[in-house]
Amino acid sequence: MLSLDFLDDVRRMNKRQLYYQVLNFGMIVSSALMIWKGLMVITGSESPIVVVLSGSMEPAFHRGDLLFLTNRVEDPIRVGEIVVFRIEGREIPIVHRVLKIHEKQNGHIKFLTKGDNNAVDDRGLYKQGQHWLEKKDVVGRARGFLSGEQISGGQELFVPYIGIVTILMNDYPKFKYAVLFLLGMFVLVHRE
Amino acid sequence: MPTAQNIYSVHKSSSQSPIGLTKFHGSNCITFENIFDWNVKQLFLYLSAEYSTKNNALNQVVLWDKIVLRGDNPRLLLKDMKTKYFFFDDGNGLKGNRNVTLTLSWNVVPNAGILPLVTGSGHVSIPFPDTYEITKSY
Repeated sequence: MLSLDFLDDVRRMNKRQLYYQVLNFGMIVSSALMIWKGLMVITGSESPIVVVLSGSMEPAFHRGDLLFLTNRVEDPIRVGEIVVFRIEGREIPIVHRVLKIHEKQNGHIKFLTKGDNNAVDDRGLYKQGQHWLEKKDVVGRARGFLSGEQISGGQELFVPYIGIVTILMNDYPKFKYAVLFLLGMFVLVHRE
Repeated sequence: MPTAQNIYSVHKSSSQSPIGLTKFHGSNCITFENIFDWNVKQLFLYLSAEYSTKNNALNQVVLWDKIVLRGDNPRLLLKDMKTKYFFFDDGNGLKGNRNVTLTLSWNVVPNAGILPLVTGSGHVSIPFPDTYEITKSY
């Protein structure tokens, strides 16, 4: 199937068809971006959907699971909530549960987190000298969940594959470019 | 609905900074049969203490948590259980604090869908004494 037939297709396409395909591709990318930005606005979070990258919240969440976040400022942070946060200077967001909070009269809050599957709290993960997390470190609160596992009956969800792909893109950055390239080629070359 | 009851005895130990260790006396049986429906994968149970101090208007500390998986025995027997996490304040606000409220809550983890946080009805208020007795030194 993945023979060199598609190269013939490209040669047979005239200029107008090629431009049409490029516009098609552009439209798909723009629509996807718009949906993503729309989600960012609705949820208030810069990452409305995140993929669980580690096993520190097992057995609730496993690697590859999807979490749907909101980050409304009016929602106060309380113990028991599952928060996604970033440690200053680090890119990878962490999904853990709030263990302790201390909130002042003016609303300023400092809190401590811990992964369900970890024996100790997250203080060891925070920056050197940092003992607490603050609102500014929060990416969002986990409100919804979708498992990445196969649904019993042998039916596979397309969505979990996005989860696995995101993990791969995270672990192997060059993979990101390969995926984008392949996607681009597929859309450009596939004749409607 | 599960309730937090029968937690009426509090022991404390202290070294330099006050640390409160809470022991549950008597036995408390919690049942969760009604909560586990087709879409509930597990429950994350936690007992939290809420109180107010001079330094901080609101403090919440998780004292104890437990994961109850679907298929586990839905009846939990808590007998003479110790708190899982050290209970200490950001400052000295626990000493003499008359109004420390213990509440039992749980996070429902579905197979797919919303992750609700539910608080059990009923809560217990525990006053902390003005002086601590030293039962253990570290």
